[in-house]
Amino acid sequence: MARLGSKEGSQVTRFISLAVIALLLLAPLFLSEFRLSLLGKFLSYAILALGIDLIWGYTGMLSLGHGVFFGLGAYCTAMYLKLEATGGGLPDFMSWSGLTGLPWFWQPFEHGWFALVMAIVLPVSLAAILGYLTSRSRIHGVYFSILTQALALIFVILFVGQQPYTGGTNGITNFSTIFGYDLAAPSVQTVLYYISVFFLVATYLFCHRLVNSRFGRILVAIRDSENRVRFSGYNPVWFKTFVLALSAGIAGLAGALFVTQVGIISPAMMGIVPSIEMVIWVAVGGRGTLTGAVIGAILVNAAKSSFRESFPDAWLYFLGFLFILVVLLFPDGITGLFTRLSHRYHRVTSNISTGKTVKSVQPLESNRV
Amino acid sequence: MDVLLLQVFNGLSVSSILLLIALGLAITFGLMNVINMAHGELIMAGAYVAYVTQTVFAKYVNERFFGAYFIVALFLSFLVSGLMGVLMERLLIRFLYGRPLDSLLATWGVSMVLQQLARNIFGAPNVDVVSPGWLNGGIQLMTGVQLPYKRLFIIVLVVLCIVGMYFYIHRTSAGRRMQAVMQNRDMAACLGIPTRRVDTITFALGSGLAGIAGCSLALLGSIGPSIGTYYIVDSFMVVVLGGVGKLVGTVAGALTIGMINTAFEFGTTATLGKVLVFTLVILFLQWKPSGLVALRTRALDG
Amino acid sequence: MKNNKLSRKIVLLGALIVATVLFLAGCAGGKQGDRETGKAGDAGTIKVGILHSLSGTMAISEVSLRDAELMAIDEINAAGGVLGKKIEPIVEDGASDWPTFAEKAKKLLQRDKVATVFGCWTSASRKAVLPVFEGNKGLLWYPVQYEGMESSPNIFYTGAAPNQQITPAVTWLLQNNKKKFYLLGSDYVFPRTANKIIKAQLAAEGGTLVGEEYTPLGHTDYSTIISKIKAAKPDVVFNTLNGDSNVAFFKQLRDAGITSRDIVTMSVSIAEEEIRGIGAENMAGHLAVWNYFQTTDTPENETFVKKYKSLYGQDRVTDDPIEAAYFQVYLWAEAVKKAGTTDVDKVREASKNLEFRAPEGLVKIDPENQHTWKTVRIGEVQPNGQFKELWSSDGPVRPDPYLKSYAWAKGLSSE
Repeated sequence: MARLGSKEGSQVTRFISLAVIALLLLAPLFLSEFRLSLLGKFLSYAILALGIDLIWGYTGMLSLGHGVFFGLGAYCTAMYLKLEATGGGLPDFMSWSGLTGLPWFWQPFEHGWFALVMAIVLPVSLAAILGYLTSRSRIHGVYFSILTQALALIFVILFVGQQPYTGGTNGITNFSTIFGYDLAAPSVQTVLYYISVFFLVATYLFCHRLVNSRFGRILVAIRDSENRVRFSGYNPVWFKTFVLALSAGIAGLAGALFVTQVGIISPAMMGIVPSIEMVIWVAVGGRGTLTGAVIGAILVNAAKSSFRESFPDAWLYFLGFLFILVVLLFPDGITGLFTRLSHRYHRVTSNISTGKTVKSVQPLESNRV
Repeated sequence: MDVLLLQVFNGLSVSSILLLIALGLAITFGLMNVINMAHGELIMAGAYVAYVTQTVFAKYVNERFFGAYFIVALFLSFLVSGLMGVLMERLLIRFLYGRPLDSLLATWGVSMVLQQLARNIFGAPNVDVVSPGWLNGGIQLMTGVQLPYKRLFIIVLVVLCIVGMYFYIHRTSAGRRMQAVMQNRDMAACLGIPTRRVDTITFALGSGLAGIAGCSLALLGSIGPSIGTYYIVDSFMVVVLGGVGKLVGTVAGALTIGMINTAFEFGTTATLGKVLVFTLVILFLQWKPSGLVALRTRALDG
Repeated sequence: MKNNKLSRKIVLLGALIVATVLFLAGCAGGKQGDRETGKAGDAGTIKVGILHSLSGTMAISEVSLRDAELMAIDEINAAGGVLGKKIEPIVEDGASDWPTFAEKAKKLLQRDKVATVFGCWTSASRKAVLPVFEGNKGLLWYPVQYEGMESSPNIFYTGAAPNQQITPAVTWLLQNNKKKFYLLGSDYVFPRTANKIIKAQLAAEGGTLVGEEYTPLGHTDYSTIISKIKAAKPDVVFNTLNGDSNVAFFKQLRDAGITSRDIVTMSVSIAEEEIRGIGAENMAGHLAVWNYFQTTDTPENETFVKKYKSLYGQDRVTDDPIEAAYFQVYLWAEAVKKAGTTDVDKVREASKNLEFRAPEGLVKIDPENQHTWKTVRIGEVQPNGQFKELWSSDGPVRPDPYLKSYAWAKGLSSE
């Protein structure tokens, strides 16, 4: 549901958004190096969550293979970082795997800019093909989810199996510099953190513009009733292809930011389990609201980091029950919960009630999807 | 020649295992449209039932009857997984009918909880199930070609399950009620069928079949908290490829994937075989989105 | 209506702010914690980190390593600690997830300022933390056999290098008239690298390769692979399968009517702990190569096994990685005592040629590559799930992670 900003609203919104951004910008001043790198990682997850929200929360396509797009972005960046670390020589895993020269598709990754462009182009192209094929054959709903899941599995098996080219299960790690700057230096990490903040804000604004435009309303219409959209003379194929590609591009960007700050990417991060965890973040935060996606990604991961230290066993119970509860009781996540609370408060004063945050009219057909 | 024969048998055997793990899903997903991601954990529960039954038998029952534990375990695993299905349906799934994507996410949560539960109860390491004596060995067809009794047993078991299900669905009044509810809930309700109860029974049936699958897989593979994750994607692929809503589709799906996978694995490598099969399935679905055996429907979003 | 929307927005953004502030506050608290912690040893204890997967798929193996390390720390503390201080372990969960390993390693080194870390199992987790240890000048003790081709100044390797496990096993098999090898492994780094080494060695020492096969992690059906093995008629299957796949492989191998008398298998990642999950009845007669078995006959081992069982349960077993995890704590403590400080550079200097009587016998830290001199043992699985030692090397073998001293291994590594 597209929410239109009212004039008074946008003033307050702007003020609060600026406050959040200011907090994020000031964070390096009072956070330790360790905490800052954690926060930077969470920000890259938040970007990823925005991308997932775009296709799931707004367009209703639940992808269980977003780890693949995230991973492709991360691998492209990691290839560059690895080549810079070896000084153009052969990475260690290639030489034990019996390669004597750098494979042709690795060679252009010596150039950082090429790698960064590919980190977005590659996921976008894969998603565009997948999106076009699936929406053309009208594979939607759970079938789309199961197909993307199979895709994730295929990619993991391929990346694990092609050890000479991908580093196998170990993935790619042990980097030294980025564009000549020492990756381990706190100042470089701070700059990378700021870059993450910048991209998070930029992605957020972009998505905000998009979902509040006419285009965004068509996306929501596709989610709620694809056939009505089709009968109204729009071709959902192009919309779905575009939005999946866009979402994959955002995931690739997140992957690139992730790998520079965390320093490792391996096939384990592309698989089915991480892909579903990504969906959890959005569900917990509140699908169909951009703020929800960001809050969810940061909160769940912060909880994971701190909670897990004390109760490694209980964490899985916690996550499992959290998920069941959210789906069952708060399908609109944290943001939905807050909205509900504010409604209750407001009913006293204004007597007007609107629909819930995400769910608009439930069309009859959706019962049979 | 003997290798070819053995490979055909292996293909059949793999197909039968795929069918066994997908059969329960064919009901819960195919008929009820519930994406049960905890299906793998119901399989796990069945495997642990085999382990517990074996331990009890080894302790309390005369050694001569030890071999019988497996038959007991098969029934028990059906009951235990079925009961877990009843619980899941009553507490969770019931509220999610018509929201398949939400059922997917919620049951994923269930699967995480069940895995951790298994770790806390039975410990993280694998446990060992000693297979009953009468299932050890095999039929020696010719030199070098031995058909293991366990695999033959699973093939027979699958056939029995299919026949049983066919009779249940088409020949008993309970099965007909189930069909009626799944096809037109409102009409069925108007005719006085207790749709809620039928839902629960149907889901329990699907879950119980997963239990049987787990119990028999304990003969061939590992028994640990994470075995469910090895089978879950495969079983969904079988049902999707076969086409939802028809048992014969699931059979066709399992046979296709099983045979092709074995052939590819023999011709190339295990890794490549798996990738090729999944890619083929995805491509096939582009061509025929409703699977091998399509349910004829006039519904727009069917 | 407008009012309502406005308030919802405020609430939403309010929620975001609250979340952010809470998080930042938590972080700021962490920063304060940093200052209080200070250098190791300030509070009369020496902090050490233990970093293993306590949850997730690798927990199966790694929990026992943590137990062994904690036991060693308790023993050292009971004997008075090191440098007059008690050792205080800080246990972290790597959660079978490699970035988490890197994150926790960073936490241990930067926030807790631990003197050293004992941890990891998989090569992937070690590779993930390696840059963290090198970047923060930390020290990691790694207790598991691995594929070699690595030697970081910030890591001590107390498990076997390939020349202390794989190479001697191949030589032994060839000497015992097992010439035709079939290589079977899970599709990841260790098996692929190990098999490259084996192939080079076979070519040089007169063995033949009749097949090589990798299966995806978590593969459950080995019927086709077993047909391939049957068709290839090898003398021995050299098995580098991982985890659960071993269970499926050995059960199905037995069902196919192949016993250890027909085709014997030599495994490098199946220890006592794994045999319990596979079932000793499925593995009896098959071979494995390690540096330590629970049945290894030394006085140190007798007390070690007794102690471990009484502490953690009579049904528990000890095995090679558990034993390495145990003695590596002692090696570190001895090095610290010799150096008189926990400073990483001085500890590294003091550790050169350091010897210790471990349960497996005498071990010694190699001054050049920081691996450990270890005795090699080949054992046969007995029906009770224990090993009977068939062969052992004469004394500890010098570690050679890059196989530099083997002529046939030229060109295997870049160094």
